[in-house]
Amino acid sequence: MSEQEILRKLTQILRDLLSDDSIELTMGTKRDEVPNWDSFAYINFVVAVETEFRVKFAVAEVESFQDVGAVVRRTRAMLPAA
Amino acid sequence: MYWLPVLSTPEYFRDCLRSAMGASSERIEKLASLAGHRLSFLETIQLDRAIGTACEQTPAGFSSLNVAILASSTVDHLVPAIRAAGLRRRLLLNIHVGPYGQYRQQLLDQTTPLHKLRPQLILLSLSASEAIAGVPLTASPSEADAAIGRAIDELRMLWRKARETFHATVIQQTFLNVTNPVFGSYERMVAGSPSRVIACLNDRLAQAASEDGVLLLDAAAASERDGLDAWFDVTRWLQAKMEIAPQAAPKYGELLVRVIAAQRGLSKKCLVLDLDNTLWGGIIGDDGPQGIVLGEGSAAGEAHLALQRYAKQLKDRGVILAVCSKNEPTVAEAVFRDHPEMLLKRTDFAAFVANWEDKAVNLKRIAEQLNIGLDSLVFVDDNPVERARIRQSLPMVAVPELPDDAALYVRCLADAGYFESVAFTADDSQRGEQYLANASRAALRESSESMDDFLRGLEMTVSFGPFRQVDLPRVTQLIGKTNQFNPTTRRHSLDDVTRFVTTNGCLTLQFRLVDKFGDNGLVSAMIFRPDPQTADVVDIDTWVMSCRVFGRQLEQEVMNIAVETARRMGVRAFRADYIPTSKNGVVRDLYPILGFKPLEKTWVNHGATRWVLPLSEYAPQSTHIARKSELQ
Repeated sequence: MSEQEILRKLTQILRDLLSDDSIELTMGTKRDEVPNWDSFAYINFVVAVETEFRVKFAVAEVESFQDVGAVVRRTRAMLPAA
Repeated sequence: MYWLPVLSTPEYFRDCLRSAMGASSERIEKLASLAGHRLSFLETIQLDRAIGTACEQTPAGFSSLNVAILASSTVDHLVPAIRAAGLRRRLLLNIHVGPYGQYRQQLLDQTTPLHKLRPQLILLSLSASEAIAGVPLTASPSEADAAIGRAIDELRMLWRKARETFHATVIQQTFLNVTNPVFGSYERMVAGSPSRVIACLNDRLAQAASEDGVLLLDAAAASERDGLDAWFDVTRWLQAKMEIAPQAAPKYGELLVRVIAAQRGLSKKCLVLDLDNTLWGGIIGDDGPQGIVLGEGSAAGEAHLALQRYAKQLKDRGVILAVCSKNEPTVAEAVFRDHPEMLLKRTDFAAFVANWEDKAVNLKRIAEQLNIGLDSLVFVDDNPVERARIRQSLPMVAVPELPDDAALYVRCLADAGYFESVAFTADDSQRGEQYLANASRAALRESSESMDDFLRGLEMTVSFGPFRQVDLPRVTQLIGKTNQFNPTTRRHSLDDVTRFVTTNGCLTLQFRLVDKFGDNGLVSAMIFRPDPQTADVVDIDTWVMSCRVFGRQLEQEVMNIAVETARRMGVRAFRADYIPTSKNGVVRDLYPILGFKPLEKTWVNHGATRWVLPLSEYAPQSTHIARKSELQ
């Protein structure tokens, strides 16, 4: 799965989570740039991503993601090679 | 939640959600239907948000309930799943979550927001860590015991406070064991080991809750059944102090709402079983009695036998059994009579329908025959086409998505938790026999010339008296479960009922009906409350009667007895309300028929009516029910 495909899925997850179809994520998007993406919604986002891709982030990773791109890259690294 | 049917596609879910944006009653129906499906974590959150905006006032056919959750860990992430599970049972839950860790202050401090909410139900979800912290590994058995005792005493204090302050039902969650063993298999033998302390704590908790009339949410048992990994995620604990993992939220919500629903009479009452490839392997019409797979000697045969055994256990605790099968009736009945491996007998079933008609029609027939609502039925059938047919035409019937493998039937039925209960009374264990006697009653009805002959032939006697201590669990259960003969549908907890018995001026009456075919048990209860303005007028707060004894003139005899008893106490008049629901149409005209007069419309709301009976004007009704001694 390409980074773009993963990014697209993450965008859909966040739109569903926050009920906001205007959300457009890029690799460089940071959490504070998206309205209502607070720490509680962030945990929900992480759970939804883990469920969708059947992956599990380490406790240190979840704290250290600087932008959406970091989540995309880490997710991609954990996916089984196609 | 694998027993719930899946939605066809994620897009379908989004479409439903979007199309559910119209008028509020239509919308909430659509959302309720979505809630009956298997939903993902994200879908649950979306559904919850849609519920939140769906209704300012409670639509017809739904009820609202204020719930407060007091927790020592983070529980905010459980709220969407709890509300979705509520909607699955047509309950709109308004949930207040107390600030994390401050459950004591919330209850004890009168100025907290909790006190403004007026919760009808309070859930205490506490972590075991505090209790464990008080017990060192080196604790002697008596030291460990004393510390556990103190923890239980504190809980009981909180329960008492919750009930005195709010008159709320209290639900206590059992303690999850999220600790790691330090000794290995020796763990259980060390009095101060965390696992041992938690196990003892849960044992004592169950005992105390049972004594205090508090309900349990057994998360600990569920986590043992599903495996701790399904319930506890250490990452989420470290990140956000969530003791219940977000993945477990749907199950948690479902388990909680099962308890709430059971207390409100919304649990299922009747298990309707298909025969071929469900109660036995193979098709009796094709394979014949020798060809069907059942019982010892074959693993598949034992799987079907296990389902029979489980159904029998359910029957022994008060669930009604019925058969709904496409078969020749004589062929189907012969299996129950002649097959040596059959554990269930024909007499275990209160209704037995085998024919070639549509199963939706047959299910209606069964509900009618047993005089229960279609929404009290669970329909178990291995055939996905039949299941889809029933879900489509009778959406109120519960239809578990049975796994393909018969070995998993029992597990599926048990996991689906349709028959959740909050009491187990002598009446429950005798229910099977009571329904069996109904067959004899039906035969008498057939052979009687007239209804009058039939009623006389039943040789009925009623015993009655105030609620005694020993009757309180059954009375509470009857009040909780009765939806049809229930003019006010007021639900009272064991606490409330006890209070009525001890309150000055309140009058309680219970009725037991015996006829020549058997004892129907405690089948009717009444609670009268005095009018604070005029002491000689009493309100019928509650009057319930079991659907098993409709049409026997019992309501007339009950009113005769109630009037006589009240007169002796100096009461001058009864006042009564009829508050219509989707289920209590059977008592719409109860009061006028008994001679009550309409009272001026003091509070007409949703079609409710108010009635009055001056006792001096009451003419006793003649019935075929003899009086037996009063119960003391």
